[in-house]
Amino acid sequence: MRHRALAVSLIGAAALGGCSEGVLDPKGPIAAAERLILFNSLGIMLAIVIPTILATLGAAFWFRSSNWRARYRPDFAYSGRLELLVWSIPAMTVLLVGGVAWVGAHDLDPRKLITSTVKPVTVQVVSLDWKWLFIYPDQGIATVNQLTVPVGTPISLELTSSGVMNSFFVPQLGSQIYAMAGMATRLQLQADHTGSYRGLSAQFSGDGFADMRFTVNAVPTEKFAQWVAEARGAGSVLDEHTYADLAKPSEAVSPFAYRAVTPDLFNSILSAGMRPSDSSSMHHSM
Amino acid sequence: MNLLGKLSWSAVPFDQPIVMFATALMALAVAFVLGWVTRQGYWPYLWREWLTSVDHKRIGVMYCVLALIMLLRGFTDAIMMRAQQAVAAGDAQGYLPPEHFDQVFSAHGTIMIFFMAMPFVIGLMNFVVPLQLGVRDMAFPTLNSVALWLTASGILLTNISLAVGEFAKTGWVAYPPLSELQFSPGVGVDYYLWSLQISGVGTLMTGINFVTTILKMRAPGMGYMRMPVFCWTALASNLLIVAAFPVLTATFAMLLLDRYLGFHFFSVAGQGNPMMYINLFWVWGHPEVYILILPAFGIFSEVIATFSGKPLFGYRSMVAATMVICVLSFLVWLHHFFTMGASADVNGFFGVMTMIIAVPTGVKVFNWLFTMYGGRIRFTVPVLWSIGFMVTFVIGGMTGVLMAVPPADFQLHNSLFLVAHFHNVIIGGVVFGVMAGYNYWFPKAFGFRLDERWGRASFWCWLVGFYLAFMPLYVLGLMGMTRRMQHYDNLAWQPWLLLAAVGVAVILAGIVCQVIQLAVSIRDRQQLRDATGDPWNGRTLEWSTSSPPPAWNFAVLPTVTAIDAFWNSKSALAKPGTSAQKLEYEPIEMPMNSATGFVTAFFAVVTGFALIWHIWWMAGLGVFGAFLTMLAFAFRDREEVEIPASRIAQFYRARPAEIAR
Repeated sequence: MRHRALAVSLIGAAALGGCSEGVLDPKGPIAAAERLILFNSLGIMLAIVIPTILATLGAAFWFRSSNWRARYRPDFAYSGRLELLVWSIPAMTVLLVGGVAWVGAHDLDPRKLITSTVKPVTVQVVSLDWKWLFIYPDQGIATVNQLTVPVGTPISLELTSSGVMNSFFVPQLGSQIYAMAGMATRLQLQADHTGSYRGLSAQFSGDGFADMRFTVNAVPTEKFAQWVAEARGAGSVLDEHTYADLAKPSEAVSPFAYRAVTPDLFNSILSAGMRPSDSSSMHHSM
Repeated sequence: MNLLGKLSWSAVPFDQPIVMFATALMALAVAFVLGWVTRQGYWPYLWREWLTSVDHKRIGVMYCVLALIMLLRGFTDAIMMRAQQAVAAGDAQGYLPPEHFDQVFSAHGTIMIFFMAMPFVIGLMNFVVPLQLGVRDMAFPTLNSVALWLTASGILLTNISLAVGEFAKTGWVAYPPLSELQFSPGVGVDYYLWSLQISGVGTLMTGINFVTTILKMRAPGMGYMRMPVFCWTALASNLLIVAAFPVLTATFAMLLLDRYLGFHFFSVAGQGNPMMYINLFWVWGHPEVYILILPAFGIFSEVIATFSGKPLFGYRSMVAATMVICVLSFLVWLHHFFTMGASADVNGFFGVMTMIIAVPTGVKVFNWLFTMYGGRIRFTVPVLWSIGFMVTFVIGGMTGVLMAVPPADFQLHNSLFLVAHFHNVIIGGVVFGVMAGYNYWFPKAFGFRLDERWGRASFWCWLVGFYLAFMPLYVLGLMGMTRRMQHYDNLAWQPWLLLAAVGVAVILAGIVCQVIQLAVSIRDRQQLRDATGDPWNGRTLEWSTSSPPPAWNFAVLPTVTAIDAFWNSKSALAKPGTSAQKLEYEPIEMPMNSATGFVTAFFAVVTGFALIWHIWWMAGLGVFGAFLTMLAFAFRDREEVEIPASRIAQFYRARPAEIAR
């Protein structure tokens, strides 16, 4: 029984490792740290969960009414020592996992900058109905449904939404975070290996939600510079007008780029979310 | 002025064959049942004995019937979702367009939580708690009936949305800004909100009723530490209802003000804050999980103790664990949105609090284990469900604690891992629990047992089906698949989704077995009859009365001297020299039937429907009608009927087994 369970879990793990593209196949430091925490917590808990399951099945089987060898103890309903044990086993487990949770919550706080000698690349993310806009304020360009980043470089993300809430999620790079209108959230990620990774929204946002996918292209640093130069050379300009067009609901949008972006567009999107929609003249200070 | 508000023929989706087919099927089923009842001339009987009944046992049974019907409806949605995701891979779009798929998963969640799990749990509590407490009815019998029918009103409105208009396309949590008028201009969210407002009022009434009953109306001698554990869990669950449901009602009221009167509580514009809704929703939502699971824990406690032939191990620990869970459940809501971007301290605090709940839960599992230890376990259907629960729930609890680790949740939040987790605890915990309770208490309610063979078949199909359907979802979550996707481009996900679809088919077989079990049991009721009132050698007071119990439950209120009151009195009788007390019957005052609940609910449906479609005059009429009903009830002349001693004596003469006690 035990061997079979072990074999099944090994085969399962092998199958997962091979074709996962998810949490179990991390491509950056955040995702790798999260996988480690996942395994640690799981390990601590399995140490208690597996014996409990076996003991449950064992006790139920042994004390079946037809087993004349089992001793019937109809008055066995209290034992101080067992009570102590019964409270302390889960308490100890929780103490361990709780420690992992507390430390992990601080180590992997989405806002915490990744320690690196390389200067981070800043990307401003706006979730729209139903596509993702990525603004590179330092490079002065923007893309839709495609995020190109230099490998080995911390990516500092600042996120908001044009309306409905979404959740920015690249499973192989790590943490997801909500994109909410009128609010800016922050997330630090990094890709350690070149490749293209699947990105999607994890928070349902309406009819076009299923197609709110984007691709993360992690490229070598020199390739990134080359890509930025190419992007600057073609495409249109993202200003208030083209943004208004882009913000209109559309589904399954193919990736494209803008060669230039109006400065501070992200902040005006952010504050637009806080203004009453009917009176644009009113201004709220933050 | 348009007399019908927003309502017109275009509200009926004639162009959608799947919806029209489902509507036709439902209309046919309803017409068939109504026609059959009319043909058999059952209306007077139904009206007198059921629809206007204020008897807690009848009300409990009706709750369970509602829950079973809604299980079928909600499960149909589940089949549709699994079928859609099994085929909609790559370029394929499946057979459900997004606007329909979105309604299906929203309806599935809403119906399963509010209209399947809640009525089932409340129904079992209604039937069992007064019997276990050794009393004759609830504290407020008519209020109980009103609560039932308000729940039914919510159910009816939700089901009307299938044929007239649409249901919410926002998910069962209806987060703003998506659920605001700007992004959801249709009537779907209004159906959702008004259905849940109306049934929520009913649930709050139930909560008040149970808390009062348990605190004030126990049999003589039944101190708190002599109450059956199921009553303790019912108390905890209803305290949570009283504390949490007003939060939901207020939150929905604010969203309704946003949608109807242009307020800005949760809107993006005008400095509303959608995150406030999400916080408030889960301030209700997390206790709600425990409102459902605590009574299920109580059922398992009763079942395991009874069929092990032992008292529950560590009764005091169990009570303490129940109450600890009751309190802690209010301190964990933020774990539903660690990804909101709160500080590490906030996330860390709520993560650790969440894990602390695992301690009393773990205590319960170990105590059930030690209850079995040294027992003589009879493997009846309720025991199978209980053992299936213990194994399954431990896994679900583990994945829950896993997601309480904030960095792990950053990866698993809103993924299919999460979907697998909460089905793991809700199916493995609540559904297995109510199924155990249904098989366990059925002979008490109807006087005959349910067929064991079909019951076992149903259990095994459910268990295997559950693992087949949801273990692949854990895997998919780890592979990065998020929930609520109408289609997907990653072909590596498809094999797992196909496997999950197979699992759903196996669960369907389980449900079919249950329907057959019921039919076979009714057919063979003479062979399955239980004349003793105590088919399982029970321990608590509900087994001391006849099956089904008379309207008055107990001719003489039992006097309780210890926990497991009935077991103790049986043991005392077994000793030589003691004999059954000679009973002198006295007339009993019982509450009178009342149409208040049914009529109020009728007006509630009218009001809800009118508000959804902006038919203001009709909403006014509905509110006025409900108010008049309340007045009529308040000015009633008689509220109780006396059951003469002779009729009680006659009842027991016909049941010698009862007298022997």
